[in-house]
Amino acid sequence: MSPQKRFKNVQAQNRTSQGSSSFQTTLSAWKVKQDPSNSKNISKHGQNNPVGDYEHADDQAEEDALQMAVGYFEKGPIKASQNKDKTLEKHLKTVENVAWKNGLASEEIDILLNIALSGKFGNAVNTRILKCIIPATVISEDSVVKAVSWLCVGKCSGSTKVLFYRWLVAMFDFIDRKEQINLLYGFFFASLQDDALCPYVCHLLYLLTKKENGEIENGKLILFQGMQPHLQALLSLYKFFAPALISVSLPVRKKIYFKNSENLWKTALLAVKQRNRGPSPEPLKLMLGPANVRPLKRKWNSLSVIPVLNSSSYTKECGKKEMSLSDCLNRSGSFPLEQLQSFPQLLQNIHCLELPSQMGSVLNNSLLLHYINCVRDEPVLLRFYYWLSQTLQEECIWYKVNNYEHGKEFTNFLDTIIRAECFLQEGFYSCEAFLYKSLPLWDGLCCRSQFLQLVSWIPFSSFSEVKPLLFDHLAQLFFTSTIYFKCSVLQSLKELLQNWLLWLSMDIHMKPVTNSPLETTLGGSMNSVSKLIHYVGWLSTTAMRLESNSTFLLHFILDFYEKVCDIYINYNLPLVVLFPPGIFYSALLSLDTSILNQLCFIMHRYRKNLTAAKKNELVQKTKSEFNFSSKTYQEFNHYLTSMVGCLWTSKPFGKGIYVDPEILEKTGVAEYKNSLNVVHHPSFLSYAVSFLERGGNREKKWSWYLDYLFSQGLQGLKLFIRSTEGINCNNQY
Amino acid sequence: MDSYNAPESTPSASSRPEDYFIGATPLQKRLESVRKQSSFIPTPPRRKIPQCSQLQEDVDPQKVALLLHKQWTLYSLTPLYKFSYSNLKEYSRLLNAFIVAEKQKGLAVEVGEDFNIKVIFSTLLGMKGTQRDPEAFLVQGLILSPRLEYSGTILVDCNLCLLGSSDPSTLAFQVAGTAGACHHTRIVSKSQLPSENREGKVLWTGWFCCIFGDSLLETVSEDFTSLPLFLANGAESNTAIIGTWFQKTFDCYFSPLAINAFNLSWMAAMWTACKMDHYVATTEFLWSVPCSPQSLDISFAIHPEDAKALWDSVHKTPGEVTQEEVDLFMDCLYSHFHRHFKIHLSATRLVRVSTSVASAHTDGKIKILCHKYLIGVLAYLTELAIFQIE
Repeated sequence: MSPQKRFKNVQAQNRTSQGSSSFQTTLSAWKVKQDPSNSKNISKHGQNNPVGDYEHADDQAEEDALQMAVGYFEKGPIKASQNKDKTLEKHLKTVENVAWKNGLASEEIDILLNIALSGKFGNAVNTRILKCIIPATVISEDSVVKAVSWLCVGKCSGSTKVLFYRWLVAMFDFIDRKEQINLLYGFFFASLQDDALCPYVCHLLYLLTKKENGEIENGKLILFQGMQPHLQALLSLYKFFAPALISVSLPVRKKIYFKNSENLWKTALLAVKQRNRGPSPEPLKLMLGPANVRPLKRKWNSLSVIPVLNSSSYTKECGKKEMSLSDCLNRSGSFPLEQLQSFPQLLQNIHCLELPSQMGSVLNNSLLLHYINCVRDEPVLLRFYYWLSQTLQEECIWYKVNNYEHGKEFTNFLDTIIRAECFLQEGFYSCEAFLYKSLPLWDGLCCRSQFLQLVSWIPFSSFSEVKPLLFDHLAQLFFTSTIYFKCSVLQSLKELLQNWLLWLSMDIHMKPVTNSPLETTLGGSMNSVSKLIHYVGWLSTTAMRLESNSTFLLHFILDFYEKVCDIYINYNLPLVVLFPPGIFYSALLSLDTSILNQLCFIMHRYRKNLTAAKKNELVQKTKSEFNFSSKTYQEFNHYLTSMVGCLWTSKPFGKGIYVDPEILEKTGVAEYKNSLNVVHHPSFLSYAVSFLERGGNREKKWSWYLDYLFSQGLQGLKLFIRSTEGINCNNQY
Repeated sequence: MDSYNAPESTPSASSRPEDYFIGATPLQKRLESVRKQSSFIPTPPRRKIPQCSQLQEDVDPQKVALLLHKQWTLYSLTPLYKFSYSNLKEYSRLLNAFIVAEKQKGLAVEVGEDFNIKVIFSTLLGMKGTQRDPEAFLVQGLILSPRLEYSGTILVDCNLCLLGSSDPSTLAFQVAGTAGACHHTRIVSKSQLPSENREGKVLWTGWFCCIFGDSLLETVSEDFTSLPLFLANGAESNTAIIGTWFQKTFDCYFSPLAINAFNLSWMAAMWTACKMDHYVATTEFLWSVPCSPQSLDISFAIHPEDAKALWDSVHKTPGEVTQEEVDLFMDCLYSHFHRHFKIHLSATRLVRVSTSVASAHTDGKIKILCHKYLIGVLAYLTELAIFQIE
């Protein structure tokens, strides 16, 4: 039925007890009536997004109720039934509720239309049925033709006819085919005589009329006494198709032509449109549909921030020379964007694809994003750049003071951009420029997650250039904000590092490094990356001090270094940067097992990377510029020694970290030498206790204990100890 | 971009068109310039005082008269894609149709059909700072005198093919009870007058220009026409329709250009510094005090010659205006005001400056009074517009 079933958890009995025909009213009524025990659901409905995700709870029950209701109507009113009205009311409400929530299947519509127009029931019932005939996706043409045939029989009242025509106009776009209906053109035309029907029939004819209808076949003389606007509209259309045949001069000043037939079904129509759009053929859904109705204040871009996709042929061709509109519309040769539906189609027509007239519209179209990604045409990128940077600037709610009421919209817009960036695995230059301008004014709260994600998609560039524009401002916010902000900044910097590394590792293998735009040498690029890492190291060290060694923060910091330690092997880039001592020792002396475990893992990976680097150096024997300085190795050895000294050999403060014995005396800890090894380390305390409780054997307890620790999922520790076991004896790497 | 390859007349242009492709793509160049702008103080500390003889020889005085003494709303505009000066006629035809289509939503409109609204594109020759600046152009929306009003009964002879009806003649009918057979009568309304040259009233005017826009021209390629400053006069709804058409057709972006207090004080200083033969208006400043329930406006009018005298006393570098001079000039005004009224104007917000040269409002409204300094005023506005779009 519908691709996205919504409102499914609304219970059947609740549905049937509803008496309202409007979508919103139903919802609010439901909220009030709801059983208090179901408070969770109430709060869900309290959210401003009524079309949230609901669980599929009573799908079946509801389906059954609807079937019963439709069956009841089909049979017709049962005479002499005691509670006839009650049953009728119940079924009507079932149909109404389902229709307004999910729409009706085309078979159900067929039946209900039949019932409404055949006059089996009273006028009031017919009206109610007609009002709730809302398609789930489409209406079959046959049902409409059948319904029209009922009109000829004269079984239904004038008001029902009017309502039917209004319904037909409102639902016109959802009728699957229109050939048969078009054959009834003459019938509709004849209905113009009816004064009550005339406005709606005019509107219908206006929608139906094609160029062929304007061709000469038969003369019709119509005399109008005082032309009504709806007739004017129809005539203007005829005049447009067959200008020679109509010599009426239509008034210059034109008003609204048609009464609005859609009023009754406005919300439902939107819902159907949304349903019909369905899941996009591509895996990625980039949707910011026109359903996001913008406030009237924005007169310029009336529907959404992102322009609608239109191919540019119209302007290009019409710009050339005299050319009629129809020629413009029926051009051949190039492939119009509106017809682009699938990826194979894109591949077939990629050579003759028309670009959209407004480049911004690609943001909503994943296929065109593919195209943008592979096209290296400067004007295309520049057009997109200009559009995006101006739109960001205009929409940004803190860049311009008076913009705060559009917060939600801006968030959605940013989300769309981020989705596109993730999809392309590439940052936009406009976003970077936007960050430069807006970051100094950012309060750190508005659209925080979106904004930080934008940071993580900054295209690779020289760090020292970006730092004063971006990171210095970010640092100010970082130091003055909460721990959660710090963590999210670290998280986004981790993603930034990852994006840069991916980009660089691809760049190296795809093309000669000299073509790289911003950094001419690999050395320069590596320098930029290492500066970023050092910068984050500085941020983290200071943050640890500010947050008094918070474990939570340390997790995020170590996450960052988990990326850093594997650069050489994972990304094949000649870079190993170690963490600053402030982070290393905080982690080593932490009270949290998982931190220590993570530290062990990182040390293990560092070791792997450095060993691999060393091996490569020996193999190549050439002095490349990327040989790591012995300082890196020394630093690593230093850390390793301290770690082994602490955890393993129980000589904590001799080598590596050196603390004056006198100070250690002052702490009053008697056995300070042992107190940091695997057994006594405070972070392993709980493990040690539970090991003893299990009655670990006193003999050989060391290795048993280790096995126990490994069995508890401390993989990092396991890897670290296994890899360093060989060097435990001499404490040297 | 016909002037793109023309020999350069300004000695200051450091980068010529040919080195623009070397090294970096336009996109990267743009990013570089954004970086430069963001890292330093946005406005250079010194600017030239507008000189009077900057209008080119071939400028049409009638067109210039159109631009003066009108209140313009300012917009910044990103470069127009595939805009061509040779197609102006075609553009006016298309824009015409677009406007009509917008005015009567949802109804079929044919391009080129005659309506009572007419849009005319025309170039503003000579309205440029350097040879490289693209030509400015003017768009005027005229409302033509109503040609025909509907009246009385009209007989329509409409021959329609009704598909699907086997015997179409059976469907012939008469509305409103008029008797008479289906003659193929055709009545031409007598009120239709074949007047071709209908003079219209100007409803809306807008113009695009670029005066000394070198910094922008360097970063865009040939497909684009950089006219970063757009000035509109007329109903906002019309600006919206026409702006939308430009956005759709040339993939550009309009954004309102507000002038902040900092730039307003620069304008005040630069315009006061201009030499005038005779002053047509007093120099006036308007400050706004944001207090509740109603904001308070403070207006400070000075005799233009006094303002000039004050300027001359703070002015040191000949021919140029520096940041210190601007600050000093404004400080003098503030302290003068404080001496008399004990109000610190520096704590309020400058919202409007009007001088004999031009007047500007912080909402992005400008009125240019003096023909001599037109280019000078526009050059500064172009600079602000470029700053906004970079």
